[in-house]
Amino acid sequence: MHIPDGYLSPSTCATMYVASAGFWWQALRRTRRQMLGRALPRLALMAAFCFVVMLFNLPLPGGTTGHALGVGIAAIVLGPWGGMMAVSLALAIQALFFGDGGITTLGANCFNMAIAGSITAWGLYQLIGMGSTANSKRRLVAAALAGYGSINLAALLAAIELGIQPMLFHDASGAPLYAPYPLHVAIPAMMLGHLTIAGVAEALMTAGLFGYLRRNEPGLVGLAKDDGATPRTPRSLWGGLALLMLLAPLGILAGGAAWGEWAPKDFADQAARAQIAAASGNVAAPAVAPLGLARLAGVWTAPLPDYAPRFVKSAGFGYFLSALFGVGIILGVVWLVQIFSGRGGGGMAEGAAEISEERER
Amino acid sequence: MSAHPVASTLRGFSQALARTLVSEDAAHSGGLLQGIDPRAKLVGMLALVVASALAHRVPTLLALLAVGVGLAVASRINLWSLARRVWLVAFVFTFMIAAPAMFLTPGVVLWQWGGVVMTANGVHTAVLLVLRVEAAVTLSTLLVLTTPWMWLLKALRTLGVPVEVIALLAMTHRYLVLLAETANQMFESRQSRVVGKLKGAEQRHMMINTGGVLLSKTMAMGDEVYMAMLARGFRGEVRLLADFRMKVRDWVAVAALLAVAAGAVVAGR
Repeated sequence: MHIPDGYLSPSTCATMYVASAGFWWQALRRTRRQMLGRALPRLALMAAFCFVVMLFNLPLPGGTTGHALGVGIAAIVLGPWGGMMAVSLALAIQALFFGDGGITTLGANCFNMAIAGSITAWGLYQLIGMGSTANSKRRLVAAALAGYGSINLAALLAAIELGIQPMLFHDASGAPLYAPYPLHVAIPAMMLGHLTIAGVAEALMTAGLFGYLRRNEPGLVGLAKDDGATPRTPRSLWGGLALLMLLAPLGILAGGAAWGEWAPKDFADQAARAQIAAASGNVAAPAVAPLGLARLAGVWTAPLPDYAPRFVKSAGFGYFLSALFGVGIILGVVWLVQIFSGRGGGGMAEGAAEISEERER
Repeated sequence: MSAHPVASTLRGFSQALARTLVSEDAAHSGGLLQGIDPRAKLVGMLALVVASALAHRVPTLLALLAVGVGLAVASRINLWSLARRVWLVAFVFTFMIAAPAMFLTPGVVLWQWGGVVMTANGVHTAVLLVLRVEAAVTLSTLLVLTTPWMWLLKALRTLGVPVEVIALLAMTHRYLVLLAETANQMFESRQSRVVGKLKGAEQRHMMINTGGVLLSKTMAMGDEVYMAMLARGFRGEVRLLADFRMKVRDWVAVAALLAVAAGAVVAGR
């Protein structure tokens, strides 16, 4: 997954450096605040640890072996910003010093593995582990899926970056100038190995290390020993959720239909056709709706079409009600999952609160 | 033994450590690139790497590769070692990826056997990819081989890399070797206490447990390093001693490298 020099065009490399720079800047800004503390040596040593873990050749079920990246455990221990800094440092040293991964492609490699990987790992760990107690199996599963999800998203991003090269960069005769395989080849080729081997290695390594730390150093993974105390409800999360629901009507500020979300009737409507053409680089839409679209569009009729119940006249209020309804369904499903997994008494996001409080300390 | 995952991990550590030592040796031996200011060398060599990424023509890439070989010879880099460690590895890895493109890329048919068709476009794409990777890897390896790591890090300031990042990179590199050695010793001590052959799940458990202990040691070491930093007067500010001075030969070198890079960009279009 470490893309070497020469596989990506310079413009792709520059774009990925710019994309990564924003995250690096933000991560550094947050780290700078902690420079008087232990952040500097901890980040450096976690980066060194990630590098060493990348050398581990882990035996996998089925007899094969695979290498982990360490991005999952780095994100769980240091949080998303610390994780992306640590893994970026490890990747930079690999590229600069060991020639593993290119210098021109370092921005892309860091974006895929360190940045997207850390955010995904941390997000999945929080989402799935949310509400579970410190010693629950769910947290272990959350750590495993954090590792698995992060490595596979990173692989998918790398495959997309490689797969768009022949479309965008080819000579007059059509011969690709950089990575030669289009998306329909690059994505399956990259994902096959990561879904089956590298992802499993990362999942096992993340869950294994998480389990070890939970037993022996719970503070490092933001957990206190499970003392059965009633967890606190994180008010900030509820407040943020309420704010997002109130902001839901902002969506109606944008006029017209979202690109690619057209209804069959839009193809016959002149105003809608003009909008489609304007949003599609002045390429006119087909005269009639494509047959497949027309056939499948009526398969399912949503109970709240266009986010507005029929009895509500105000579009803004309709959006707010839809947000309330959607959040209610999600909370209901999570509540049911908690009941069936025997964790009904826990606060909704107790785990997230513990971890965020630990990070703030 | 060679297929044993623990053994292959140990071999990885040994190779990484050996490469560290070899790199420092080459960086201190007298030669053309070793005598150039690290900042001039960094800018010039990176320009050549970017030029190789921009080149769309085979002769340009061959010329850049030749420049790399010439610089290696003038810098007293062992060509056999370079070929074995860099060119061969890059060739095998890239050729494995590029070879199917010779048959999958549409274009003028060069050779056909049944349903297998090799096209001119495919061959051109594969050759371009292999040569570009070889040129870029050669040039970037020369930069690293001929520059002591700390000098290279300090030179990164020229590109606007924040001082904290440079300090983090330096610290990571320093403790990387220590952690690798620690892991190596942990594996060896564990291996010496194992009788018979471990099953896959047992090996996995052993490696993850070793990784866990290593992570605990890592974080503890982070705290120890912090204490040591405090004891030496660390107040949250990172400073680097930048004692480089550009001489005439450094200006000439950077101008020459940039001129070659610019020429390659123009010729490679």
